[in-house]
This record gives sequence, C-alpha cells and structure tokens, in this order.
Amino acid sequence: MPENRYENPGGPVTPSPRPGQERYVAPVDEGGLGAVDAVKADDAPTSLWRDAWLQMRSRWLFWVSAVIIVLVVLVAAFPGLFTSLDPRVCNLAQALEPPQAGHPFGFDRQGCDIYTRTIYGARASVVVGVLATTMVVVLGTAIGAIAGYYGKWFDTILSRITDIFFAIPLVLAAIVIMSVTTNRTSFTVAFVLALFGWTQIARITRGTVLSVKNNEFVTAARSLGMGRGQILWRHVLPNSAAPIIVYATVALGQFIVAEATLSFLGIGLPPSTVSWGGDISAAQGAIRTAPEILLYPAGGLALTVLGFMMMGDVVRDALDPKARKR
Amino acid sequence: MTTQFPVTNEGADGTAGPAPFDPSKPLLEIRDLEISFTTGVGEVQAVRGADLTVYPGQSVAIVGESGSGKSTTAAAIIDLLPGTGKVTGGSIRFEGRDLVTASRAEKEALRGRAIGLVPQDPMSNLNPVWRIGTQVEEALKANGFKGSKAALRERVAEVLAEAGLPDATRRARQYPHEFSGGMRQRALIGIGLASRPQLLIADEPTSALDVTVQRQILDHLEDMTRDLGTALLFITHDLGLAAERAEHLLVMFKGKVVESGPAREILADPQHPYTQRLVASAPSLASRRIQTAHVHGEASAELHAHHVGEAPVAAGPATVVEAKNLTKVFQIRGPRPGSSADFTAVDDVSFTLGRGRTLAIVGESGSGKSTAANMVLGLLDPTSGSVEFDGVDVAALNPKEAFAFRRRVQPVFQNPYGSLDPMFSIFRSIEEPLKLHGVGSPKEREARVRELLDMVSLPQSAMRRFPNELSGGQRQRIAIARALALKPEVVVLDEVVSALDVLVQAQILELLDDLQTELGLSYLFITHDLAVVRQIADDVVVMQSGKVVEQASTDEVFDTPREQYTRDLLAAIPGARLEGDALAG
Repeated sequence: MPENRYENPGGPVTPSPRPGQERYVAPVDEGGLGAVDAVKADDAPTSLWRDAWLQMRSRWLFWVSAVIIVLVVLVAAFPGLFTSLDPRVCNLAQALEPPQAGHPFGFDRQGCDIYTRTIYGARASVVVGVLATTMVVVLGTAIGAIAGYYGKWFDTILSRITDIFFAIPLVLAAIVIMSVTTNRTSFTVAFVLALFGWTQIARITRGTVLSVKNNEFVTAARSLGMGRGQILWRHVLPNSAAPIIVYATVALGQFIVAEATLSFLGIGLPPSTVSWGGDISAAQGAIRTAPEILLYPAGGLALTVLGFMMMGDVVRDALDPKARKR
Repeated sequence: MTTQFPVTNEGADGTAGPAPFDPSKPLLEIRDLEISFTTGVGEVQAVRGADLTVYPGQSVAIVGESGSGKSTTAAAIIDLLPGTGKVTGGSIRFEGRDLVTASRAEKEALRGRAIGLVPQDPMSNLNPVWRIGTQVEEALKANGFKGSKAALRERVAEVLAEAGLPDATRRARQYPHEFSGGMRQRALIGIGLASRPQLLIADEPTSALDVTVQRQILDHLEDMTRDLGTALLFITHDLGLAAERAEHLLVMFKGKVVESGPAREILADPQHPYTQRLVASAPSLASRRIQTAHVHGEASAELHAHHVGEAPVAAGPATVVEAKNLTKVFQIRGPRPGSSADFTAVDDVSFTLGRGRTLAIVGESGSGKSTAANMVLGLLDPTSGSVEFDGVDVAALNPKEAFAFRRRVQPVFQNPYGSLDPMFSIFRSIEEPLKLHGVGSPKEREARVRELLDMVSLPQSAMRRFPNELSGGQRQRIAIARALALKPEVVVLDEVVSALDVLVQAQILELLDDLQTELGLSYLFITHDLAVVRQIADDVVVMQSGKVVEQASTDEVFDTPREQYTRDLLAAIPGARLEGDALAG
C-alpha cells in the first residue's frame, strides 16, 4: 500500500466522536477485494439470444404457443397424416348431417366432411401468413433501415412514402386490388397483403436503427474504416432485429386474419382452394339452422392466430431490453 | 442567510429552525439494516448489516462505488426502495420512531416534511411539461402548506431565491428545459428544503454536472443546510468530495459498511484494505501528489510513471499529430422554425501531439473537446484548418490512403456499455479490425487476439464471453484491446475513465500508462476531469466554448495556471481544498 499523504491533516480537528459514530473498521476477510474486477471464466458464454431462450423456456405460455404452432404447421404441411379423405369430394345427400363415425365434425351444406376441410384449410392460411410476413419483413426492414441509417433526403422521401401507405387501410386496399385480380393464388393474396402491410415494420426498423446507429461501437467501426453499408449490415441490423422479430410474429396472425377476411368476401383465394375464410363464408348461409358448421373453421383460425400472437408476446418479453438483466 | 421565511415547524421555545429537540440525541439511527431484492435468480442481498447514526444538523457521507448499497440504504430511509427491494432486517429509527414498522401514512407524513430528498439526475427529476413554480407549489402543498394563493406564490419565489436562483419570480414561470443542469439541481435542492426538513438526503446530487457548477451547488447546499440546521446525508462515489463536505464518513463495499468514523481520521489513516485502496487511487486526492514529489525532487518510480523527456524512442519525427487552426461550424436550428443558425463548436484550435507523449484536452461539456477529437480521428471534416499526421494533411488523402490511415489512429470511447457490439463475442470484437484490414490468417488473428487480451490483463478465456457478461472496467479493457489490434501510433481516449468507479479508473489509467511505455503510443486524452489529467498527461490544452484558453505542460498548468478559467477548474476538483489544508499543516 503506498504511503498516505494525509497523515497530518490540517484544519479543524473534529471533537471526539459522538455515541454511535465511533471509529469502526470491518474485519478484513469480509471485503473480498479480489472480486472487484474478476472475469467469470467457467460459466457458459451467454448472449442476448441465449438469455432470451433461457427466459422463454421457463414460461408455460411459450410451450403452449409452441405446441399450437408446431401442430398447425404440421397440419398445413402434411394434411394427409390427419385425414384420409379428400376435402373436395362431397356428397350432397349427406348435407348437414351430424357427426358420425369417421366424420367427427359432421357435414356442411354441400355434404363435405367438415373435419377434412378444416384440416386442409390450414395450409392456405399458413402459406399466406408466412409468405406475406416474409415479404413484409424484407421490404419493411429494407425501407426502414435505409431511411433510418442514411437519413437526410433518403429519410424524408422514404418516411413520406411510408406515411402514405400507412394511411391506406390494409383490408380496404386489398379488397380493391383483389377485386380486379383475375388469377388469385396464395401468392397473389400474400403479395397484395404485403404491399400494404409493410409500413409498421418500416417504422419500427427506422426507429431502432436511429437509436442503434448512435452507439459508440458504430463510431468505432467507422474509425476502423468500415464502409457505411458494411456497418449497417454487420452491426446495425443485427442489433435492430429483436423488435422486428417480435412484430413479425404478431403480423403473421394479422395476415392470416386478413386472408380469411378476403376469402370470406369471396375475393381472396378461389373457391377451388380450401381455406378457412372460404368455409366461414360458406357457413354464413346456414348460421341460423346449423351454427356448428361455422364453429370449426373459425376455431382453427382463432387457434392459429392465438398461437402466433402468444408467441409474439413471449418473444417480446424475452427480448425487451428493459427486462434484460444488467 | 437568515431564515426570514415562514418556518412550518417552529420550535416550542419560539426559536426558528427545525431543531426543537435535544441535539445530543441521534436524529437518525440505523442498526443492522438488511435489504434484499428478489430477482430471477433468487434473493440478492443489497445491504448487509449496515449501521448509521446521524445527529441533528450534522453532515454525514456514505461513500462507495456503484453496487455498494449506498443509494439503497438512503432509499430505505424514506421508503422509496425501487422494484422488489424490501427491508428484511434491522431498524431505522428517526427521532426515536422505527420507520421499518411504521404505517404507510406515517411514512408519507415524514417524507418531504421531516426528510427531504435531492435526487441524482436533475435532467429527469423535473417534469418537463410543468413550470418550475408549479412543481415547487406541489411540493409545498403536499407537505401541508396552508395559506392563500398569493402567499403560496410568494413562498415559491422565496424557495427558489433561497436555492440561489436569481430573479426567482420570473424563473418560477419557466419550464425545466429553459434551465441549465445546475439551475435544475438548484431548483431540486430548493424543493428538497422547501418544507424545512430535519434531514436532507442528497444522492449524488452533482455527479451529472460540470465540475465548476458542481462546486457552486455543493457550497450552496452546505450553506443552506448549515443556516437551517438541517442534517445532511450525502451519498457519493467520490471520497475526496465526501471528506471535504462531511463530518462523519461511512465507506460501503458490497452492501457492508467496511469503515466508518470521523471523515478526516479515515482519510488520514484508512484501516480497511478497501478504504486504503480507495484513498490511494482517488484521482482527486492523488492530483496533488505528483506535484509534491516534483517539488521535493523525489524519484517518481512508485508514482504514475511520468516520462517527461523520457518518451519511448520511436521512429519518425517528434510530432505525430498537428492540428492547425481547426474550426468546425455546425448548422443548428435557428430561433424561428425553419431557419438555421451557425454554431461554432471548435474555433481556431491548434495543438501538437508529440510522439510517445500524452496530450490532454480538458473542458466542460460543450467546450468542443470531443468535436476536436473527432476531427483528429477523421470522423468529422473540419470547416477550415487541417489535421496533419506526420506532416501529411489527412483531408487530402485519397480513399485508399485514408483507409490505410485508419490503422494509425484508433479511438476508445467513454461509455463502456455502448462501445462494444452486444451481438459480437469478445473474440469477434477484437478480431474485427484485423479482419477488416486483412491482417494475417485466421490462426494468426486468433493468436493476436490472445496476445491483446494478455496485454490488457484479461484472461484469454474472456474471448468466448459477450459484452453483457463483463463489468464496465473489463469492457473498457476490451475496447482498448480492439483499439490496439492494428498497432496504431495514436490512440484517442475520449473520456475513457469517466464512467468508471475510482478503483477501476486507477487500474485503467495504470494499464494505459504501461501500454504507452511498452508500445510507444501517443495519446490524445479527452476529459473533463483535471484530476485525471495530472495522473496521465504530459501536456494540457484547456478549452472553453470552442476556444483554447490555455495550453502548456501539465506541470505549468497545475503549478502556475495563467487563466482564471483554469484556476476555477483546478479549484473545483473535489478534495482540492482539503489537500491545501493537508499541505499547509
């Protein structure tokens, strides 16, 4: 310990300490000084993603939504595993017949097996949802990141374009476009939804990029001579990913609902494609006499959307920087 | 200052002032206080068996680094523990009443009226959409002010005038954003003392402010509490500041009181190893030390090696960086919407950085020191003037040369939490510069990363960690390792130690000094803290509002400051007064 330079302090000398304020020195071994700046070397390395995973897996909501999502994706990918019937083979003679052996949900007005149609309807919803979300993430992230990162007139122009698209209601715009589209497939529906649905992600990305780009690690990368595009790709975007992922899971649910809405209105997928929206539309006519027909496709839709929304919630909690420790 | 204001809790004997009770009885008595927080990983003990006694009118300081439990202890007194914190044991007696077992209503009655609080951050503790006067009014009303509207308004003006805000009536009608940081803190002190509490808790009241402002505020706080007879409980990380301002001192470390007693006694004769280290490494206290050695002609080997005239031999001319008449003008928003105005951040600044030496640029916030540093780094283009590196104008380089130039000058920044990409492992962070500049094979790069980690005294196993797992000091070491990866000649250190606790700060300064000796580096050291300058710099440039006010060797600046501004800065170093006493005695 270096010598002390205050051995003889001048100035007024304090009178002898009052009760409760006597000189006290804690026993030395309690200090643990070595630990002031030590590295934990033995723990497994953690990162944002690892921490998030550890937090998510301890929540039942995560497991419930994961089971729902896995189930829905399985049904969408391999409907044949769940039913041996063809959803398009219907027998009018069996119209509105109640559930019976081999047909657990009964028959609809056309005499089609409701269970089989509900199983096959999952594919259209999931495909449109996933496609539209992918397109929205790519388009929205690109526009938001460019506006936020390059700023100046890029930002002015792109932000105004975003505002314009933001002002157009998604479903209204989709109705207008779809009603003049002749060749309607899952892809066109997803494309039209993505065309008017990217604004929210663009805004979120722009905001995150704006805050991330002011970090000192970005300045450090600049002083290394790294190019702007490289910095955006390597440092800024990975650090902006969390809110985008969170919004994407929520958006997936919204797009599934939007697809169902369009199909219900008869301007989504063509009637030849089995979809929940189409079946809900078809069930509408019998809502007073046989409301249970409506129940099954609507239930499938609700369950799927619920699964993705709950997952979005869990992921948001796990990635929220304010909830993160340290 | 006399108490010509209506005093709410006048003593029974008619004397003004908040001390109607026996001054020999403790006002606040904390015994065996235990506080714990519930976190995801279980209970964490923040305070373990703390004892504290405050007498009426006395000033007591708690000193400790972040995480020592000093603020938690203070928060427990007024029952404002954040989040899941709760008192799990011990007692807090205020005027003989136990606050731990007191009802909510009782505690609320004490808050503000008997125990005032001055919070840490003046920027976030005033509501930005309310006038200052309204916020003072609210504090007065909440603490039982009875009287007409006019009387209330008059009292608000008095509170602000007391707090040292001139033209108080007009100030009361302004909004927080119209106040500077110092003025806001004055307003908060006014609010804290508005109801004449017997105890005022000041939690790091000035750490967000510039040093010169800090000193004024502390002087004022001291005067006011003395005149009103208010006891002051002062929370700080700065031992010098605490010893200068307080009678009784508590040193806390990891939730425990490691040493307590009369302030001067502790400073003169620290007993606990932690306190000893704190005293030895506090830059504010060490600031005079080199000078003493210098005066007595002592060998400085045991001191921070100061190689004036013994700079490591390195190739090239004696001057590495020369800034010539640097000027930077920013376009800022003008007085009217849509208009713009010129703001000269750096005004005709010239300095030279000698090879193997350290040049400190000192100034308060807004002095333009960081802007100057960014121009040296080539991150900002000067409006006029030039930065010459080995006699070559940096602005005139073509893109390829400019890229190569980056290898020669590297920065380390202030904020240890923002300077590393949280998504990158430590290995990737340090390897990145090597990869970008195409240095070596992957194997060689890994060897270099290991070597760099050794250099900054971190275990090689730290490579696999992510920044969020490391402490502030460790991250700063990583940032230094990354800056050194390309073997630069000049390192720009922008407030590198300002965000660190004193002990860690001393370690980092030592490391920087070792590296300079070892590698012959030249440092451009940007700081607001003159005390640190004394420990590390050979030459000093003092900046104020974009202009250089004084430029000389460190010894000259400290021994014979020519400008009033420099003298103010020197006088404002916490502990300076005390050391003057010590030297005189």
